[in-house]
Amino acid sequence: MSAFSYDLIGDVQQMLRYQFMVHAFEAGTLIAIVAGIVGYLVVLRRSAFAAHALAHTGFAGAAGAVLLGVNPVFGLLLFTTVSGSAMATLGRRAAHRDVEIGTVLAFMLGLGLLFINLYRGGVATETYSILFGEILGISGDAVLLTLEAFVVLLLVLAVVYRPLLFSALDEDVAEAKGLSILLLGVIFMLLVAVAVSMAVQVVGVLLVFSLMVTPAAIAVRLSNRPGYAIAISIGVALGATWAGLFVAWYEPYPVSFFITSIVFALYLAVRASQALAEWAGKRNRAMSITSRLRKLLRKSDPRGT
Amino acid sequence: MSAAGQGPRTPPSSAPATSVVRANRLEVGYRGAPVWQDANFSIERGEFVAVIGPNGAGKTTLFRLLLGLHPPLGGTLSVFDAPPRRGSPKIGYVPQRHTIDYETHVRCFELVRLGFSGHRWGFPLSRRAETEAAWEALEAVGGAEFADRPLSALSGGELQRVFLAEALVSRPELLLLDEPLSNLDLRRAKELVGLVNGIVRSRGVTAFLVAHDINPLIQYLDRVLYLANGRVASGTPQEVLTSESLSQLYGVPVEVLRDSRGNIVIVGGEGHVEGELVGGEDHHEGELAGGGFRGGGAG
Repeated sequence: MSAFSYDLIGDVQQMLRYQFMVHAFEAGTLIAIVAGIVGYLVVLRRSAFAAHALAHTGFAGAAGAVLLGVNPVFGLLLFTTVSGSAMATLGRRAAHRDVEIGTVLAFMLGLGLLFINLYRGGVATETYSILFGEILGISGDAVLLTLEAFVVLLLVLAVVYRPLLFSALDEDVAEAKGLSILLLGVIFMLLVAVAVSMAVQVVGVLLVFSLMVTPAAIAVRLSNRPGYAIAISIGVALGATWAGLFVAWYEPYPVSFFITSIVFALYLAVRASQALAEWAGKRNRAMSITSRLRKLLRKSDPRGT
Repeated sequence: MSAAGQGPRTPPSSAPATSVVRANRLEVGYRGAPVWQDANFSIERGEFVAVIGPNGAGKTTLFRLLLGLHPPLGGTLSVFDAPPRRGSPKIGYVPQRHTIDYETHVRCFELVRLGFSGHRWGFPLSRRAETEAAWEALEAVGGAEFADRPLSALSGGELQRVFLAEALVSRPELLLLDEPLSNLDLRRAKELVGLVNGIVRSRGVTAFLVAHDINPLIQYLDRVLYLANGRVASGTPQEVLTSESLSQLYGVPVEVLRDSRGNIVIVGGEGHVEGELVGGEDHHEGELAGGGFRGGGAG
């Protein structure tokens, strides 16, 4: 590994000589795109907490898979899809029952902890990578699996996108138009489950918000057109993942830390600039009102007493 | 108001029956608990119908029946000469509650466009038809100027116009509007009712409008469905809104009072039964006294 040289292309070429970096960039790119799109629907449907909870149930699944000697991704997929469908079947209101979801979430984390403890091998490294992600350790097989999930997810999204958007915005009318809200809820939760299982590889169970929610939360503040917002959301997730990988090449800190910090900084910047713009707008309006008042006063009192 | 001149039309007496909605001994409710029963009414094409009644009288339930989302307990209901079925393209619906609030950062145009094509699966190759339809619907409700504004930034009256456009965009023949006036001040309420009336008259659309106050509507109405006490009274406003007919409906003496402007107050037992005293721009909320007058069951 060499030092940072201000020659971006040269630096990236240097990085990509290493197979693990190629894999990290490949998987990171696919996952950022998926997280950006699904995250937009998560924000629009206000299911952020449910998505977060899905990731936590995934922890138990991944830990169980480690215990059984299976690829953790399969444990993740199994647990997130089952709990996702269960949540959706209980109805949309179930996805907003924070207390109940939180109760199950804590239990699942505890269960995962037990599985990890039962496992004889390297307890700390496995736990660490499931909780916080380990994109630099991703294997070629895992990249291939991620690509397969990516293709399936995008194809399904192309089919269900419009009804999902419609039911997110106006559930009662969507239902009256003949859409099954229950079916759409299950499809949505399955999409989230797969996306979360993919994203966990990069940022882990605990930091999944940073790819699934924050980029979309930034996007909805920047555009009120769903197409543009999704593009921005993808862009933010992609940019943060690439930049995180790039910086982590030079700095001895985890990639997930850089990714979460970058999206958080962007989120803060957007909120701050919008608050500033609003404040300036209000001040302008207030000033125009006072100047109008002054004019009015001058008219009603021409002698200026 | 632009459409104020166009009042209710006189029903064509000799024209062939063109019933859009017909109910015969209709019984409605949830799990064996009837909300109302023995309802008989027939709504003709192009009529503007107010659905009036106290909370829980089953007004929203009537809409769920018409939309095919809820089966009747007994009797028959036909919509366009067939049993109601879910997803009928001939019906435009504006529900009472929406998931939209100050956090919905999506432009209005998108919602209206989804009203046209949101129920279709698959990825659209061309969006020209739906885009044109959405513009047309927004223009019809005077909402073209806020097409690009986010739903989160609209006032109550503007939102109701967008919802109306969302319902109109598929060119329905029957409009079901559930309490569109409930969060509007009197001026906005009258504007919206004028807008709906204009659409009813110019397109021959049949409209049901649920309201708890009949006064902003009364000059336009062809028909009133009055739901109370587990029963339904139907007829022209002149027929239904009389002391005799409402006393019969409630089963206790009720008096219908009219002021010099034609506003209505309905009084029974110890006080107001339903409806508000409306004088000029002052809007007094009428207290629902006399709990015995409320229809039973859930709505």
